[in-house]
Amino acid sequence: MDTITPSAPRVSGERSMNGVPALDVATVRADFPIFERQIHGRPLVYLDSANTSQKPHVVIDALRTHYELHNANVARSVHTLGTEATLAYEGARAKVAAFIGAAGPDEVVFAKNSTEAINLVAYAFGNASATPATSDPRFVLRPGDEVVISEMEHHSNIVPWQLLCERTGATLKWFGITDDGRLDLSRIDEVITPRTKVVSFVHVSNILGTMNDPTPIVRRAHDVGALVMIDGSQSVPQMPVDVTELGADFLAFTGHKMLGPTGIGVLWGRSELLDAMPPFLGGGSMIETVTMAKTTYLPPPARFEAGTPPIAEAIALGTAIDYLSRLDMHAVAAHERAMTRYALDALPTVTGLRIYGPPDAESRGGTMSFALDGVHPHDVGQILDEFGVEVRVGHHCARPVCARFGVAAMTRSSFYVYTSTADIDELVHGLEHVRKVFS
Amino acid sequence: MQFDALYQEIILDHYKRPHGRGLREPYDGEAHHVNPTCGDEVDIRVRLENDTIGDVSHDGVGCSISQAAASVLYDLVNGRTVKDALVRTDAFTDMVAGRDGGEPDEELLEDGVAFAGVAKYPSRVKCALLPWMAFKDALVRAQASGDNGAAKVGGSA
Repeated sequence: MDTITPSAPRVSGERSMNGVPALDVATVRADFPIFERQIHGRPLVYLDSANTSQKPHVVIDALRTHYELHNANVARSVHTLGTEATLAYEGARAKVAAFIGAAGPDEVVFAKNSTEAINLVAYAFGNASATPATSDPRFVLRPGDEVVISEMEHHSNIVPWQLLCERTGATLKWFGITDDGRLDLSRIDEVITPRTKVVSFVHVSNILGTMNDPTPIVRRAHDVGALVMIDGSQSVPQMPVDVTELGADFLAFTGHKMLGPTGIGVLWGRSELLDAMPPFLGGGSMIETVTMAKTTYLPPPARFEAGTPPIAEAIALGTAIDYLSRLDMHAVAAHERAMTRYALDALPTVTGLRIYGPPDAESRGGTMSFALDGVHPHDVGQILDEFGVEVRVGHHCARPVCARFGVAAMTRSSFYVYTSTADIDELVHGLEHVRKVFS
Repeated sequence: MQFDALYQEIILDHYKRPHGRGLREPYDGEAHHVNPTCGDEVDIRVRLENDTIGDVSHDGVGCSISQAAASVLYDLVNGRTVKDALVRTDAFTDMVAGRDGGEPDEELLEDGVAFAGVAKYPSRVKCALLPWMAFKDALVRAQASGDNGAAKVGGSA
């Protein structure tokens, strides 16, 4: 309902070699009001988009428009506002489905974030395992069964599976990481075995930036009859992701990293699997009939959306998807690649700087973590902030990755549609100052 | 620039050349504290000689603020009475938490007053307090072990 015609084209006339339009960063930046503000008297250099992205005017306006003109609850009202809100909410679901190439909107479950989407699937296994006689055997875990993840995961793709294994007696296994920050698949047939029931792994690492090829993992998992979940939190925002091409059974991602608001995430699942899954949270909007003795449930996706959902947030996520689609996800991916390539050249000009993860831009998403000799990441981040340069420091909710590389913390810069090479130059300049303070 | 308020020369000196660093034996109590948000870690050992801190030794990994705070802790409590050490601990904690009205007691806190600027950086308060909280824990354990045995040499607490 809120289609916004851009005042200027967001892609420049220039085209890269393969015909993908190049983003016009200056025009894109003008769409983001936050770039009008200053940090400690300097222009904002936002290099923390892997943490959360900034929001364009159209997304902020979508939230406001919903509350000002269409606010009502969804799926239960006969009145005009309720109908408008429901149409917009379900319209957003359809936009998400089209964006990731889902078979239809019913394969899209709205959740709070990626974390909740992953937990939803983990709990499906846990709940099915509690009532094995009446549950789909693909979701039933018993002692001796295996759950496979990787050392590269965000905590949100580790802890739910640890909890599941504790509850069911299943065994947690994982792929390690090679020295250059890739998944070590050299023993894939020993890690994924006929005992494996589910494999869950990250598409693009939030800390190393590594872009994992899902193909060999999905193939091996399906060969042994296991289900596959992919954490797309960092990939869906920055590259075209098509669930048919991925070949997985579940995909989780979150709205706030792709220009949308916080509080809205997505679980995509094959409809046949969602159908076979028991509910996650119980409550209103997910029931067919309730008696005091027994309740029957609605089919997916409603079955997994108990209670009033984040309506405005879902609608605004739809607007964010419209915006990204207009930029063209191929152009977004090419821009991330260009920024990554530029940073791979620029950052090592700082004395004592070491980049973690794959050395080539082709194997990476737009996220780059690094160490600066003798300076703790907290100190790096604090001093960069004085230059208006916002980076993330710490373990990035991926402590096992830090442990793998023998550090307690890393400094991470991450790029998005509004990142320019000038931002990366400012980062380099700030890092040189950090060196001076600690020399 | 503003960060001069946080990264005082005194703090950077303590970070680069920490006082009393390295875990020593014997000791009566030990504590290991972690800041879960950043992964910083500190180990503190306390040896008691009657009512006096006979030795406080420390080791850890972390940012300049947390590591310099451990160095200053050593200067401020080593050789003091337990009572005196706790008074300084409270004064340092109040200063860093911004509860001292911005008027730190220089006579009491010596180099420690360089940490007054930390109060303006809420995300860094934990860094400055990490070794001090570990010290308090180690001291309690030292006092408890002092009631029922001799100081430890080797092994772990």
